[in-house]
Amino acid sequence: MEKRIRVLVAKPGLDGHDRGAKVVARALRDAGFEVIYTGLRQTPEQIAEAALQEDVNVVALSLLSGAHPHLFPRVVELVKGKGMTDVLFVGGGVIPDADIPALKDAGIAEVFTPGTPTSAIVEFINANVK
Amino acid sequence: MDIANELLAGSRLALSRAITAVENEYDTAVGIMQKLYPHTGRAHVIGITGPPGAGKSTLTDKLAKEYRRQGKTVGIVAVDPTSPFSGGAILGDRIRMNELTLDEGVFIRSMGTRGSLGGLSRKTAETVKILDASGKDVIFIETVGVGQSEVDIVKAADTTLVVLVPGLGDDIQAIKAGVLEIGDVFAINKADRDGVDRLNIELEMMLDLNQDMVDWRPPIKRTVASQNQGINELVATLEEHIKHLEETGKLALRRKQRTKNELLAMIEEQLGRYILRNINESGQFEQLVTSVQQRQRDPYSVVNEILKDRLK
Repeated sequence: MEKRIRVLVAKPGLDGHDRGAKVVARALRDAGFEVIYTGLRQTPEQIAEAALQEDVNVVALSLLSGAHPHLFPRVVELVKGKGMTDVLFVGGGVIPDADIPALKDAGIAEVFTPGTPTSAIVEFINANVK
Repeated sequence: MDIANELLAGSRLALSRAITAVENEYDTAVGIMQKLYPHTGRAHVIGITGPPGAGKSTLTDKLAKEYRRQGKTVGIVAVDPTSPFSGGAILGDRIRMNELTLDEGVFIRSMGTRGSLGGLSRKTAETVKILDASGKDVIFIETVGVGQSEVDIVKAADTTLVVLVPGLGDDIQAIKAGVLEIGDVFAINKADRDGVDRLNIELEMMLDLNQDMVDWRPPIKRTVASQNQGINELVATLEEHIKHLEETGKLALRRKQRTKNELLAMIEEQLGRYILRNINESGQFEQLVTSVQQRQRDPYSVVNEILKDRLK
């Protein structure tokens, strides 16, 4: 049996909107990935532990509240701290362009802002997953 | 790293990686399972099955919490369907179990069915063994939402809990074969809804018709999982069932039957693979397919010939 790419789609923080995350989850499913969706209002600690238990290859974070400069890097730090050093991190949501370089420095490989076709996310994951 | 040794020493990462190795059939998988096997056979394995939307995930969450309150460690394997078209899956059972995520006495793993049709994935039984070897006292297997014939769970679990909800169908549904025959315990969930008494009566009548319940009649328990109602009673009933199996010697019988099934399945799989590799390498297989398709040969004698040549 060939390996399936496993992706955790997670919403850290307090915003209550997951339409975008669900659209992305569906697109990733249609691309043949196994998508683990954990629902709204997750703490970085919960996301990191779910990533460990599910042994995912990719963690996709979605956030609309503006707390990304704090929460995204925190998730990366916690996941790596569990010994999962080969996970690919991507982010999405309402993220100002000015914030993107700092997120990339913190280990988020790519940030997808509103209007990105879902096929671009699929292509990026296929090209960069380890 | 030596995954099996690290798992036995308590590493959660090793536990997770062991499941991945088995699920993806990595070369390391057999070695890991060989080392873990002597450490299995201790956990009480509880299958949770029922139609989509019956509340299996929510009930599993609440049952796990009650077992944790009693000081037991818990493993959960949650199976969701894989798309037959894309091969992808959305595994969403964790949504109902988020409060368990940070409890170190709990480990939850989601799996896609990956083409398996019996309500489980092909690697569910081995995943249960891995969790068992890691020392979990109770392991829940949550099946995909089932219809009437996805009954693989019986072969994998010590105790099968069938979860039903009021309002799904009339009493004809209750005498159908399949899922309703496999319950060791029944839970009528969402029992605050209309129709619960009627469903209860229909189930009792169905059980009245069963001839083979000499010493265990499956109890029917009412729960409202979302309100945490009936959970303690349900756990007590599940415990009674495993105690019954132990005292009557049926647990050993069930597990022996399971071991037999697993050995036969492994022989079948390895033999199939060996022959497939062998006929592909010989290069004759395509010719044989063509000759059968064009009715020059019949498939029965071709299969006999293939097996005779290779199994001496």
